[in-house]
Amino acid sequence: MELYYLTAHELHDLLVKKEISAEEICRAVFDRIDAVEDKIKAYVTLTRDRAFARAREIDRKIAAGEEVPPLAGIPVAIKDNMCTRGVRTTCSSKILYNFVPPYNATVVEKLEAAGTVMVGKTNMDEFAMGSSTENSGFFVTANPWDLERVPGGSSGGSAAAVAAGEAITALGSDTGGSIRQPAAFCGVVGLKPTYGAVSRYGLVAFASSLDQIGPFTRDVTDCALMLNAICGHDPLDSTSAPRDIPDFTSCLRDDVKGLKIGVPREYMGEGIDPAVKEIIGQAIELLASLGAEIEETTLPHSRYALPTYYLIAPAEASSNLARYDGVRYGYRAEDARDVVDMFMKTRSQGFGPEVKRRIMLGTYALSAGYYDAYYLKALKVRTLIKQDFDRAFEKFDVLLAPTAPSPAFKRGEKTGDPLQMYMSDICTLAVNLAGIPGISIPAGFVDGLPVGLQLIGRPFGEGTLLRVAYTFEQHTDYHRRRPSL
Amino acid sequence: MITIKDVEHVALLARLELSDEEKQMYTKQLNAILEYAQMLNELNTDDIPPTAHVLPLKNVWREDEVGEHLPPEEVLANAPEREGQFFKVPRIV
Repeated sequence: MELYYLTAHELHDLLVKKEISAEEICRAVFDRIDAVEDKIKAYVTLTRDRAFARAREIDRKIAAGEEVPPLAGIPVAIKDNMCTRGVRTTCSSKILYNFVPPYNATVVEKLEAAGTVMVGKTNMDEFAMGSSTENSGFFVTANPWDLERVPGGSSGGSAAAVAAGEAITALGSDTGGSIRQPAAFCGVVGLKPTYGAVSRYGLVAFASSLDQIGPFTRDVTDCALMLNAICGHDPLDSTSAPRDIPDFTSCLRDDVKGLKIGVPREYMGEGIDPAVKEIIGQAIELLASLGAEIEETTLPHSRYALPTYYLIAPAEASSNLARYDGVRYGYRAEDARDVVDMFMKTRSQGFGPEVKRRIMLGTYALSAGYYDAYYLKALKVRTLIKQDFDRAFEKFDVLLAPTAPSPAFKRGEKTGDPLQMYMSDICTLAVNLAGIPGISIPAGFVDGLPVGLQLIGRPFGEGTLLRVAYTFEQHTDYHRRRPSL
Repeated sequence: MITIKDVEHVALLARLELSDEEKQMYTKQLNAILEYAQMLNELNTDDIPPTAHVLPLKNVWREDEVGEHLPPEEVLANAPEREGQFFKVPRIV
């Protein structure tokens, strides 16, 4: 297989055997970008020169006999809502079109320490608000499996880059499904860690109680390696969990014997494409044949997750996005009469329609007279949703569900109706509300389009998710397929 | 029901200037979304505590010590307009 289509651990093996250099890997990826980026449009910014300089630095270390970490020399793509010192960070929004952060997000620092080579910053739904990357303020990203279809979102650029061979791994962020859903649509592995497992310092905030950064990879082993690199307590994020992190590669065992897996019936019912259900059914059979104890279960408040989410996330967003006022950074409107006029013009011209919609919705839900009826009500239902999961995890080690109700949909198919678009996250939202981890892995294809299997774990149960996902991967080959571009 | 007047009020609170077309659109869409959210009223939540945050963390303190900070020049480098070491804005009063 071409270098740009290998996994990080395969490339690492070739690197340490000195069969290839980091510079060659870097060249393979940028040659691939030159060949396919016109069609995919995964990147907002490419950092070619930096990447080659960095790759050569890794090669010098290897040549000097230094032992390099497992991700050294691996080209990674970073979603454009994570601050990168000296490299434009736009959130795919006109309001941040020229913002160059003076510091790195903690995850960016950690990936640098792990020796990775940043390829560039990926396209996304503006401020991560969306499920198809069609809300980018700049351009639309295509799904590498079918260019007429969306890559999912909001981390669509990162997912498409990994699927198309324009990066080996990537980072995304997930507030309601924004890593898992595009991973499913693009046929790659995507994991949303437990809330607090990965530092949010330097992640441009959307909904602070829901946002988590996580990896996109081609297989579960790479996912474990990325988690090893990015997890851990950070004094710069007050919501970062003060916990020791395990070596996640130790969880990569081909063994699910005796593990109790619950299948919530609410995730296999109405609204789920029958072809997706069939693939999930096959996954259940496979895991059962390997010794997992699988039973149907219930998360009775599931149907309330979508309205709960679409009150809480916009409320938090309306507050977080108050900072874009044209004073300290980003776009500023010209010809303002006074300072309030400048705020209003800047924000009206700088934000796109979905961002405005959510600011409006959130401001309304938090405004005098409506706070109790909408925002507080949603926080209380959030408790019920979390309690559903707590109860399920008294009995089960892992829950299993589709990642998305359908495979990737066509561009423009859902842009006219916000509620229809929000529905594409029905399988993932509740996991963010409960703050627990979820992974999407390739589980099959419908008419040439990838379908994702979602595994949901206890708080800080990433290890168990990796174990089940790894086992599934050892007995299937969906993760080895690559789109023909 | 949300009216255009409500939308105008919320837009002002959110510091957004909306065109007539946008006002119409958001009135319609916010009504649809909030109507959908009425579903939550099926649930009695009188005795349910709210969850603002899932981690069992309370106040997170650090020592009151001067740490590293960004050089003012680097911070001001993104300013749309500046004067000396200040961000410059249109007149306020």
